[in-house]
Amino acid sequence: MAAPKTAAKSNNSKEELLGFYRQMLLIRRFEEKAGQLYGMGLIGGFCHLYIGQEAVVVGIEAAAKEGDKRLTSYRDHGHMLACGMDPKGVMAELTGRSGGYSRGKGGSMHMFSKEKHFYGGHGIVGAQVPLGAGLAFADKYLGNDNVTFTYFGDGAANQGQVYETYNMAELWNLPVVFVIENNHYAMGTSVKRSTHSKTLWERGAAYGIKGEAVDGMDVLAVKAAAEKAVAACRAGQGPYILEMMTYRYRGHSMSDPAKYRTREEVEKIKSEKDAIEHVRDLLLQGGHANDDDLKAIDKDIKAIVNDAAEFAKDSPEPDLAELWTDIYA
Amino acid sequence: MAIQILMPALSPTMEEGTLAKWLVKEGDTVKSGQILAEIETDKATMEFEAVDEGIIGKLLVAEGTAGVKVNAPIATLVEANESADATPVPVAAAAPAPVAAPAAATAAAKAPVEIKSAASPDWPAGTAMKTMTVREALREAMAEEMRANPNVFLMGEEVGEYQGAYKISQGLLDEFGPKRVVDTPITEHGFAGIAVGASFGGLNPIVEFMTFNFAMQAIDHIINSAAKTLYMSGGQMGSPIVFRGPNGAAARVGAQHSQDYSAWYAQIPGLKVVVPYSASDAKGLLKQAIRDPNPVIFLENEILYGKSFDVPVLDDFTIPFGKARIWREGTDVTIVSFGIGMTYALEAAEKLAADGISAEVIDLRTLRPIDYDTVLASVMKTNRCVTVEEGWPVGAIGNHIGATIMMRAFDYLDAPVINCTGKDVPMPYAANLEKHALLTTAEVIEAVKSVCYR
Repeated sequence: MAAPKTAAKSNNSKEELLGFYRQMLLIRRFEEKAGQLYGMGLIGGFCHLYIGQEAVVVGIEAAAKEGDKRLTSYRDHGHMLACGMDPKGVMAELTGRSGGYSRGKGGSMHMFSKEKHFYGGHGIVGAQVPLGAGLAFADKYLGNDNVTFTYFGDGAANQGQVYETYNMAELWNLPVVFVIENNHYAMGTSVKRSTHSKTLWERGAAYGIKGEAVDGMDVLAVKAAAEKAVAACRAGQGPYILEMMTYRYRGHSMSDPAKYRTREEVEKIKSEKDAIEHVRDLLLQGGHANDDDLKAIDKDIKAIVNDAAEFAKDSPEPDLAELWTDIYA
Repeated sequence: MAIQILMPALSPTMEEGTLAKWLVKEGDTVKSGQILAEIETDKATMEFEAVDEGIIGKLLVAEGTAGVKVNAPIATLVEANESADATPVPVAAAAPAPVAAPAAATAAAKAPVEIKSAASPDWPAGTAMKTMTVREALREAMAEEMRANPNVFLMGEEVGEYQGAYKISQGLLDEFGPKRVVDTPITEHGFAGIAVGASFGGLNPIVEFMTFNFAMQAIDHIINSAAKTLYMSGGQMGSPIVFRGPNGAAARVGAQHSQDYSAWYAQIPGLKVVVPYSASDAKGLLKQAIRDPNPVIFLENEILYGKSFDVPVLDDFTIPFGKARIWREGTDVTIVSFGIGMTYALEAAEKLAADGISAEVIDLRTLRPIDYDTVLASVMKTNRCVTVEEGWPVGAIGNHIGATIMMRAFDYLDAPVINCTGKDVPMPYAANLEKHALLTTAEVIEAVKSVCYR
């Protein structure tokens, strides 16, 4: 992750940079609030925060069009916000309330939105990979040019079903972009301790799949790579692998003692590589915004997140009758 | 405005912890995300971060204090112009107290009244019939549904060019082409996941497992991805998919290729489970399965594939799920079975008739939903029941049928229900041992005589 950040180019407009800033900040503030609500006992079970990795989903979504699909693992809050799902509905699902996307029946790890083409939220490591290829299979079968973004982590990258999927995805030229979010730690096991491979994306070459590594802390680099991958898929030359080199600031879940890495390592990434600070600098240096403009955005985001939290606290628990619904269509 | 910092819950089960160390002191300015303290839980020592910016007003709990309850105030955070003693605003309400679980309103708890069997003929009287094998019936069902709905496709190992490992899909590639008859590599976990994904994406896949033994590689997608998504998504999306293929023992193929999964899948809410015996059921139920908006497990049997039965000649013939078929009416005992088990049940009933015992034979046909009422109505008439299945005895379908009869028709029973099952051993290869591991007609006859005290 030592590569220099992309400098703002003339084709990155003020509006686009401001949009990236807003979206990444929304994810970060939302996740901070989720951590807070977890600490208060309002969110139960497992809660996996996306803080640090915001540039990945925001950059990828910048290359998506209506009809494209996305799905990911259990670290899914950022993906839902980035594809336009309502923060209130997401937060209320975290608190297990009827106003949640799954009416409180899914929780943090299992959320869906048919309207926004978000296909979960999967709690089984790696399971979303063939599911994503299957969504792409359906789009190809139906003859449209939609693309499916299938996100998974460096941990899932060692699951056998990933390679079963690579094999069939390339065999059938499925329009799927495999986005490996390499945050360097599968729970507490670093990539170095789990594989001898130097990179994860190059494993796709064994199946004939194109791919590349990308600075996942640089939203502009992510967007540029996503556009390339999407273009290949829409042209019938999918699949494509993007290995996003990123970093999670918080623990694997809320109950992570973080003994597997040093505080210095985390602080170094935060101070040198932070994706939000990067865009903030681009906005200020490019004269696109001043401190007051950004403060106004911060305030706006804080209000959205606070509203979501209030909604999630006030929304009633699901009716007990819900226990018996949605088992069969 | 001062706010309280509360003892956080740092794991799903944490109720209290030790405040091991403060990393800030009163008067310190803190930023959102800054580590405030180390907290020991029963599992680990964790760092606790600030969620807001401000100045530490008071540290309310001293370092080293054990047994600090979750949500107890441990410090106050004040703004720059506030006194450290500012009264904190009341904290947000903690999680609502759990509400008592609803009284179980399951069918099992209902009194045994008004039991009306739904069993009835599957086609109008006088319908023309033709004889066909189970194999042909399955093929016809798929071909008819593929003609009717362009989003139905078949996927699996050797379903296309090889014409089906058991010839069920023979000819389908010629009629529907490789887009709709998809040969897969030998990769059950992967292609089952792709098929479930395709079902989320609007298609209606039929996944053929060469045998259900190999579906063990794919069972995570069948249960975690297909069966649970409708519930987990609050009804937004489900998986209209059929998983089909031969299930149970064939002959002399040993332990890894001879297992009955009926009871396994029947346990899963969200799945429908079909175990046909006859060709007419194979056809009518498979067509129904392909149209069903839920994931359906369709358990066939290799030994039955070549068996011939009468099948009605109708343009569009389906059989609803949850409707048992009474193959033979009787008065002395009820024999309940499904799938290949019906072979033993019917053979036993024939021989028992010669001994003067009149057995009623019920084919459940679907195990989810299950037609309890037809079984109960019959047992109330005969007062005796024997269940017959090829699977293992622990957690068998017969256990569940027996328990249901006991709960809902206990007073009608004149004898304990007996479960006839396969033996509680992995399937041996040796011919003589395999014969003993499998269920036999003689065992069913013996069980019936036992419940009839003969």
